[in-house]
Amino acid sequence: MNESTPDVPRTTEGTRLDPWFDAYAARAHRMRASEIRALFAVASRPEVVSLAGGMPFIGGLPLDDIGEMMSRIVRERGQVALQYGSGQGDEQLREQITQVMALEGISAHPDDVVVTTGSQQGLDLVTNIFINPGDVIVAEAPSYVGALGVFRAREADVVHVPMDAEGLIPAELEQTLVSLKAAGRRVKFLYTVPNYHNPAGVTLSLERRPQIVDICARHGVLILEDNPYGLLGFDREPMPALRSLSPEGVIYLGSFSKTFAPGYRVGWAVAPHAVREKLVLASEAAILSPSNMSQLAISSYLDHFDWQGQIKAFREQYRERRDAMISALQEYIPSATWNVPDGGFYVWVKLPEGLDAKSMLPRAVTARVAYVAGTAFFMDGSGADHMRLSYCYPTPERIREGVRRLATVVDAELETVRIFGAAAASSDGSVDFPAPDLA
Amino acid sequence: MEVMILAGGLSHERDVSLRSGRRVVDALRDGGDTVTLHDVDADLIPSLRSDKLDVVWPIVHGASGEDGSLQGLLEMLGVPFVGTAAKEARVAWVKPVAKAVLARAGIATPDFVTLPQSLFREVGAEQVLTAITSHFGLPVVVKPARGGSALGVTLVTEPEQLAHAMVHCFAYGDIALVERAVSGTEVAVAVLGEGASARTLPGVEIVCDGAYDYDARYNPGRVEYFAPARLSEELTDAVAQAALATHRELGLRDLSRVDVIVAEDGTVNVLDINVAPGLTEVSLFPQAVAAAGLELTAVYREILRGAAARG
Repeated sequence: MNESTPDVPRTTEGTRLDPWFDAYAARAHRMRASEIRALFAVASRPEVVSLAGGMPFIGGLPLDDIGEMMSRIVRERGQVALQYGSGQGDEQLREQITQVMALEGISAHPDDVVVTTGSQQGLDLVTNIFINPGDVIVAEAPSYVGALGVFRAREADVVHVPMDAEGLIPAELEQTLVSLKAAGRRVKFLYTVPNYHNPAGVTLSLERRPQIVDICARHGVLILEDNPYGLLGFDREPMPALRSLSPEGVIYLGSFSKTFAPGYRVGWAVAPHAVREKLVLASEAAILSPSNMSQLAISSYLDHFDWQGQIKAFREQYRERRDAMISALQEYIPSATWNVPDGGFYVWVKLPEGLDAKSMLPRAVTARVAYVAGTAFFMDGSGADHMRLSYCYPTPERIREGVRRLATVVDAELETVRIFGAAAASSDGSVDFPAPDLA
Repeated sequence: MEVMILAGGLSHERDVSLRSGRRVVDALRDGGDTVTLHDVDADLIPSLRSDKLDVVWPIVHGASGEDGSLQGLLEMLGVPFVGTAAKEARVAWVKPVAKAVLARAGIATPDFVTLPQSLFREVGAEQVLTAITSHFGLPVVVKPARGGSALGVTLVTEPEQLAHAMVHCFAYGDIALVERAVSGTEVAVAVLGEGASARTLPGVEIVCDGAYDYDARYNPGRVEYFAPARLSEELTDAVAQAALATHRELGLRDLSRVDVIVAEDGTVNVLDINVAPGLTEVSLFPQAVAAAGLELTAVYREILRGAAARG
């Protein structure tokens, strides 16, 4: 006897559970629900040591005082804080931003500054106004995953240029631009994170900075300089920004996410005049105006708190964490290699021969440790032999434990490679982009 | 009723579980019951002991949620819960064991072999891989012996893909199930109730362009579903019978999802059994409920009341 529910009308029409399936732009059909992204849902659990996220350590901020500051803003300037504002951003904050940038050699007028909703929005605005589908963006190898996501969404073609311990290699950049020109490809800009690079951890040397600027100038290529970490060096004064060497050739993106807190979502762009005007128009079209509440909070913070002292405290906290990570790597995974960053948040680890960071990730989740596989930082799916480890957020003790767990995963993967060979252990080269909080 | 939905956990399927849990909470919210959502964490046991709960619904996919662990815990604490009891869940969770039980009961399931990673090390990978292709031919499906959501699953069509498929599988667990790939019509069957009173809902036919992988399951649009499945009356009945027999033979309770494939010769092969099926907006179980003309909220409340009454 058929015990299923009787009298069900038979239908010949299927469903894709999405009535708008045929309406999407072609690029939307390329979006994938990644099992890698799903694995990161586990990373937020306290049992998991996450060496994946780029979340700043804000535990040391004077939250009571900041709370009082926020309360005062609403009480005293609530009519402004809770209202729409200028599309270019609050004038006083723009003035203050010029003072922050002066620490890295940038001389700018408040009118040059466009306040954005995080420097991430700055990336999106610049890409929006410059990139047609198929246009070329030259980026470091590896490059910041959040930027790659923006570039991908705008259908840019990203060409990676190698780095070494001193950052972007000028000769490689020159060669790449020459080759692209010979192939008839239009390069719109070079995207670079020159200080304490995310994910590579390296910093563009003083010597190479004018070289990079010169190469781009000769080839007529704009530079998009993304600098969230410039003030977070452990042992040296801030390096001169590329923008300071070429105001007309560089669009500079800055951020308060790492020097204060990301929750306010306040960044900025400084660009040549005509570019700036278009950025403002594009920003207004996207968001109308940046958050007044957030801008007033940042402005008040800069006015009333020892923000430079706070950055100094952050540096020491991150130095301690970096040291914990490096010593743990030396102890637990000596067969890997890595850079020793002198600022910022990240260590870029090269795995032992034959291992694939992306293939290993499910095993890492089982072992209760998370990282970001190197493939996330390349547009072409390469980077599988690397992983990015973040030391910014966990305590030094947790960092050590995380690396210890990672070592067990590496050992298990080495066993797999011994059994099946390196080729079998490699991932499929597809591109996965982790969620924003892991960028 | 005071209801606790358990979702999340620490498995590879945590994300899907959280989405399932939230959807169930939404569905129950206006029904007059008090519904809370709780993760499987250090606060769980104190919450179970302190709250005046009528019933718990574990919607934790993957290990701990489907392998009987959570069920065993709830049984020890004497908390009424939805779903299969601990021992039966343990059997259903381990695919080779479940398949062996079904095969013994005369329920068709694809020919398979269970291979731990250690065997490849001890005997030599190449020899084992050769034995696989010699015995089964191609294509074969490689999957973790314990797992869901298509994680770690590969359809192998060429010999050179097999080693990679094994490695991909072992990233999720150290025992692989290799089974002969059967081509045909894939149908997911939702089953409600238990024992003699169990009943099936209309099968949901899955038509996928490419592999029915994680992206296909959770990215709306890639897969086309037909509910009820476009089968003859005879095959529809055979599919329902196979799903019911599976549910009963394994001693499943309250709800399950049995995935089958109807081969070209009409044989209904049971592919997989889920004691905590996905309940997200794109999951198969809710589609089956809709195809039956039933309201999701009503079905969920019926499930909850049945479990609560069981005690």
